[in-house]
Amino acid sequence: MADRDMIEVKGLRVVAGAAPGPVTEIVKGVDFSVKKGEVLALIGESGSGKTTIALSLLGYARAGCAISGGSVRIGELEVLSLDAKGRRALRARTVAYVAQSASAGFNPARTIMDQVTEPALLHHLMTKEAARAKAIGLFRSLALPAPETIGERYPHQVSGGQLQRLMAAMALITDPAVVVFDEPTTALDVTTQIEVLAAFKKVIRELGTTAVYVSHDLAVVAQMADRIVVLNGGAVKENGAVAQVLDAPVDAYTRQLLAATRRPEAVLTLPPNLGKHVPPLLEIRGLSAGYGRIDRHGAPAVRVLDDVSLSIPRGSTLGVIGESGSGKTTLARVVAGLVDRARGEVLFNGEPLPAQISRRTPEQYRQIQIVFQNADTALNPSHSIADILGRPLAFYHHLRGSAAKKRMLELLDLVKLPAGIATRTPAGLSGGQKQRVNLARALAADPALILCDEVTSALDTVVGAAILDLLAELRRELGVSYMFISHDISTVRAICDEVIVLYAGHRVEAGQREVLAAPPYHPYTGLLVDSVPALKPGWLDARRDIVATALPAMGESADVAELCSFRARCPVRIDGKCNMTPPSLKKLPSGAEILCHHPVAELNRLQTVEATPA
Amino acid sequence: MMSQPTNPHHVPHAGTELYDVRRDEVVVEPAPVEAQALKHGVLKRLVHRFSILGLIGLLMVAFWLLVAFIGPLVAPYKGGALTSTEIFGRYSAAYPLGTDYLGRDMLSRILYGARYTVGLALAAAVLASVIGTFFGLLAAVSGRWVDEILSRLFDALISIPSKVFALVVIAAFGSSIPMLMTVAAVAYIPGAFRISRSLAVNVMGLEYVQVARARGEGIFYIARVEVLPNMIHPMLADFGLRFVFIVLLLSGLSFLGLGVQPPNADWGSLVRENIGGLSEGAPAVLMPAVAIATLTIGMNLLIDNLRRRSRSHGGA
Repeated sequence: MADRDMIEVKGLRVVAGAAPGPVTEIVKGVDFSVKKGEVLALIGESGSGKTTIALSLLGYARAGCAISGGSVRIGELEVLSLDAKGRRALRARTVAYVAQSASAGFNPARTIMDQVTEPALLHHLMTKEAARAKAIGLFRSLALPAPETIGERYPHQVSGGQLQRLMAAMALITDPAVVVFDEPTTALDVTTQIEVLAAFKKVIRELGTTAVYVSHDLAVVAQMADRIVVLNGGAVKENGAVAQVLDAPVDAYTRQLLAATRRPEAVLTLPPNLGKHVPPLLEIRGLSAGYGRIDRHGAPAVRVLDDVSLSIPRGSTLGVIGESGSGKTTLARVVAGLVDRARGEVLFNGEPLPAQISRRTPEQYRQIQIVFQNADTALNPSHSIADILGRPLAFYHHLRGSAAKKRMLELLDLVKLPAGIATRTPAGLSGGQKQRVNLARALAADPALILCDEVTSALDTVVGAAILDLLAELRRELGVSYMFISHDISTVRAICDEVIVLYAGHRVEAGQREVLAAPPYHPYTGLLVDSVPALKPGWLDARRDIVATALPAMGESADVAELCSFRARCPVRIDGKCNMTPPSLKKLPSGAEILCHHPVAELNRLQTVEATPA
Repeated sequence: MMSQPTNPHHVPHAGTELYDVRRDEVVVEPAPVEAQALKHGVLKRLVHRFSILGLIGLLMVAFWLLVAFIGPLVAPYKGGALTSTEIFGRYSAAYPLGTDYLGRDMLSRILYGARYTVGLALAAAVLASVIGTFFGLLAAVSGRWVDEILSRLFDALISIPSKVFALVVIAAFGSSIPMLMTVAAVAYIPGAFRISRSLAVNVMGLEYVQVARARGEGIFYIARVEVLPNMIHPMLADFGLRFVFIVLLLSGLSFLGLGVQPPNADWGSLVRENIGGLSEGAPAVLMPAVAIATLTIGMNLLIDNLRRRSRSHGGA
């Protein structure tokens, strides 16, 4: 009995819809098993049934779905044959679930400790004191700051990454035999993700928990799992050890997924230099912007961007990288005129661009188009695709009737959508299709510059890769420029000629795409580059040793506004310098400009040493 | 539904003040025949689009709307005519819904009253919702100052209780149909404004509106094309509620004797007039109340169904 698998799923089938109506099978006979103490990853894009399968381990099917066949065994328990009471007991002791959005999983009105110990108290598994002691132990194992007191706080008082770890603590408090992690790091920044992953890995190893890890990100899965099950369309495509799946994939779909993850870098096609006289398409000098009341000095209450400069030559692509809160979306909104700027100039085609949107000329409206991250909210749900694309055609080009229809079909063709889609509303399209319509709407204006705000972030790997290819193709064919905003270094690398790195509203680094390829770079860029999971097992363990080293001590900061914004998290900060004087702009041999106190040679030395163990 | 007589023509009414049946038949009869043929196709579609409850609501509302238009034509007696010596009469063949405190036919009273209750409330509700939505949209799409001024103005209005407001205005200016309509509309504009403004502000924050702004669209285009279609369903639901409240407000006013003045009567007045029959369980007091209830419930069922359908449509 000892070598029996901990989890055994056989011929699992889940259907959506009830019998009289149309029934769709969303999980089509899935088999897999997990040994005790093993971590199994379920990987696939959205709609592949990975979450549905994970939930069936808890004996649960989402509203509108029903488990129609097969068996799920956990330990000695047949999960699907349990009654409601049995399933409740199963979820209390045997299986725990960590959801994607921790902020939605916590009640904002109760303290964290109350909620973390709730499962144990609700099922009368421990006394209150024992549960508290256990929770504090878990907080420590999960590397949370101040484990003794963090439980007294409320959910809004901790960061997103910490909340995700606290959610894991909530799941682990009852010592479950199996933990299901459902995309626990998808919503987090890369730099936060790595901390959370390291904490999860440590705690799983310490407790010897059997885990099922659901994700769409192969690189993350490579760090966490022992075995990978690749899913597509509700069926298992491949099931094997991590190394085998990554190095010798058997299935065609797995190979496609791997190819989308390991994006080959696009060949850099710099536009022909038309001499020195051509001004850049967009030039921003010393831009400051923010929200809230404007004070006497003309600075807004919340300053989001501070002294940012950049330029985009005609036909090229600028990548803007930074984590959430770095001000990258605000940058796009300032250029689009949706947010007022406090200071600085924006030149478009060499001419000043009015800050207020109402003062711009129709030509300026037309030439700058913005494409938002979330195609769900960027397309008006009550308009048909034809209306959505027809409006900019009528508005900018006064095209109506058959001429507009012809152009609309051309646009749909350009973004590789079938013409039949024109009569549908956005609700009838998939995420990737919506993003294509979103792009087509921007293209309808014949713009010179498209501001792409995280256009691939909400999409699956394969779909996102297709959108990136489309962007590159449109650029070759139409000569448009992009400002490409992303938190994902690999997509920026794939499409951009030049890159700027934003941290807390400051431009800490700017240069050619190559600046991201090798050191030296700004310490923050370094952290970003190193935080992107590599597609090989063991990367996280090597990384963790680096992360674990404490930051150098630093005293009180001087009251100077222009101090380096990254000093609080910088692994190579210098006491007495970083907290006293503002950093100066330095030029690296690669041509990149950084804001840092370290001399180039020193940075190079520090970062190459760091990189070796990885 | 409710116990309504199937066909008033078959009622043998003895003598007095008979409504001209022949003219009635000439005018009304051809319409239903045509409508019937037309309705068969329409009916099938309706059944598909509405749930059972929604369909019931639709039928109830359509029935009362129809009554508001043709009620006086099909009523067995003239509205104010004294037809019987029996007061608070029971259900009978001659008086299907009994008689009131003066011996008037209740069925005719209700059929005549529908015009006041449904018509007045409908007009007032349309006025309140249209004006409220217009200002709400205006406040949401224009700048901060317009929004501030409008919002504070309507907040001031909202702080006056609608019934007290109605009482004061009617006491001061006297009761007339236009006055009642205006009072009911004004009392419910601030609510409609609040709801439409908050809906519009939510929609304004969405990215497709940002895209439209970045495209250089004017505020009226944004309000009309981008925002309005996405708040119309909640506004319709709100309209239904508002209609119901206005029916109740008008009925309340009539009950206090400030509404539609005798000898005309809306349903609220009918309840009041016949309140003396309550202890006897007379149909004269029950039936107008049933009429008010069926209208309000029907409207709510219909609106609820509209809302649900739009949601499932959006999710598909």
